[in-house]
Amino acid sequence: MAVEALVTPAAGPLDPEEIRKDFPILSTLTSRGRPLVYLDSASSSQKPQAVIDAVTEFNTTYNANVHRGIYEIGERSTAAYEAARKSVARFINAPDHHEVIFTRNATEAINLVAYSWGRRNIRRGDAIVLTEMEHHANLVPWQLLVQEQDGDLEFIPITDDGVLRLEVFEVLLKLRPKLVAFTHVSNTLGTINPVVEMTRMAHEAGALVLVDGAQAVPHVPVDVQAIGCDFYAFSGHKMLAPTGSGALWARRELLEAMPPFLAGGEMIREVHLRRSEWNSIPWKFEAGTPAIAEEIGMGVAAEYLMALGMDRVQAHERALLDYALPRLQAAHPDVALYGPMDTSIRGGVIPFNIPGVHPHDVAQVLDRVGVAVRAGHHCTMPLHERLDLPATARASFNVYSTRSDVDALVDGITEVKRVFGIQA
Amino acid sequence: MDDLYRDYILEHYRHPHNFGTMEDATASYEGANPLCGDRITLQLRVRAGVLDGVSFTGRGCAISQASASLLTDEVKGKPVDEAAKLSSSDVLDLLGIEISPARLKCALLSLDTLQHALGEGSEGATAHAATGGE
Repeated sequence: MAVEALVTPAAGPLDPEEIRKDFPILSTLTSRGRPLVYLDSASSSQKPQAVIDAVTEFNTTYNANVHRGIYEIGERSTAAYEAARKSVARFINAPDHHEVIFTRNATEAINLVAYSWGRRNIRRGDAIVLTEMEHHANLVPWQLLVQEQDGDLEFIPITDDGVLRLEVFEVLLKLRPKLVAFTHVSNTLGTINPVVEMTRMAHEAGALVLVDGAQAVPHVPVDVQAIGCDFYAFSGHKMLAPTGSGALWARRELLEAMPPFLAGGEMIREVHLRRSEWNSIPWKFEAGTPAIAEEIGMGVAAEYLMALGMDRVQAHERALLDYALPRLQAAHPDVALYGPMDTSIRGGVIPFNIPGVHPHDVAQVLDRVGVAVRAGHHCTMPLHERLDLPATARASFNVYSTRSDVDALVDGITEVKRVFGIQA
Repeated sequence: MDDLYRDYILEHYRHPHNFGTMEDATASYEGANPLCGDRITLQLRVRAGVLDGVSFTGRGCAISQASASLLTDEVKGKPVDEAAKLSSSDVLDLLGIEISPARLKCALLSLDTLQHALGEGSEGATAHAATGGE
């Protein structure tokens, strides 16, 4: 199998040039004939050949529904789908792979908890504590829930550097919230939050903890047992897997007590005209035909990242940040950089603004020189409001990002300034 | 030569025409693209069915601000019913550059804001005429 060939010695720094050979898109040219400099991995990552091949292999040689067919390819499909679940479980060190529910993405995973656990457990006056840096996916589902249940939302504020103010969290916990939900790594600022400490604090106050891991799983080692949280939600497409794949991990006793989220086929054990009995976990939460090929791809992506070693992935991205931040500051002292400057608590995300140029124009000119960055509010409007910024441009890394990508960004910013007549 | 950020576009962005506020406006409307953070407040002064004054304030990308500058130039002094007939393609012609689908909202924010302001302006103009008749 392709993945075994990818295993590199799990020591020493990653060699991104070697890794890039696994990603066919990175050797393509833009329509203007420029090499693609992809610095938007926080939106969605590129996919290695092994993942692409796994999806193609499924579609060309054993496409069949799961948990149904009493025939060879149906059994093979079921086996591959369940093997992917085991790979994903190992990737986050889940104690039991039955606790991993496949979802379309982190958004669906969080909605599952909000609708299923939330409607049962949040009552009038109950508080849920979030943070000011949440992606809309870990904010809007809770807004809907507390509107319906007449509960309250409270927010852990951030410092101007984008670090959570734990002393305020301590005070908020006196409200005895039922749930604390926060992002592991900020998609906008890159801040790596102290999830172990925050989980311990929340548990001591009697709250359950949901961690939004969408931006963590591609960049830092994740061990749900070490974190100690109750729910961990993440997407596949940011961790080298296909779009449409994702997962929720939750503790077994919680999942068993929770009512189903979506209802239909697959999630039932027995159906009568007026009542049904639910399947056991995880299938109780996987109504309808799942994204089989994509989740199989997610299993391969998890194996690929484990073969690289997530410690090395994090070290690689930190080294790249340590190169990029001073390089940007030296070449463009007028450019505003946001987020913590301490790279030990920061993932590979660089939000920035060029004074006098709107981020959309920045991204448009960068696109002309082949550099892909995101511009806008990155689904964190309240965070931008808190920082008093209408929008930002954002460059973000992944395992295949290199120093020459950073150099292309630095040169691209020079080009933006040239077009807009800004003196360097 | 840049096919999007032409000199005249950047000139309108840096030194927008009709930028500011009017004390005696008869209608105003604030339009926004919340997804990008583009924002335009357009003010109109309608007299005898004619857009006798037009001004705007706002912030956003070069395309949205240049578009507002060009459009306010275009409609100033025009009869209201003529200004109301302006279409998306008229505004794209005014800009005179190739706009990608992702930037259409930026290019057309000024037109959308104008149409809303005209909608309010017709009521405003009526109210103005009524009080003016005393």
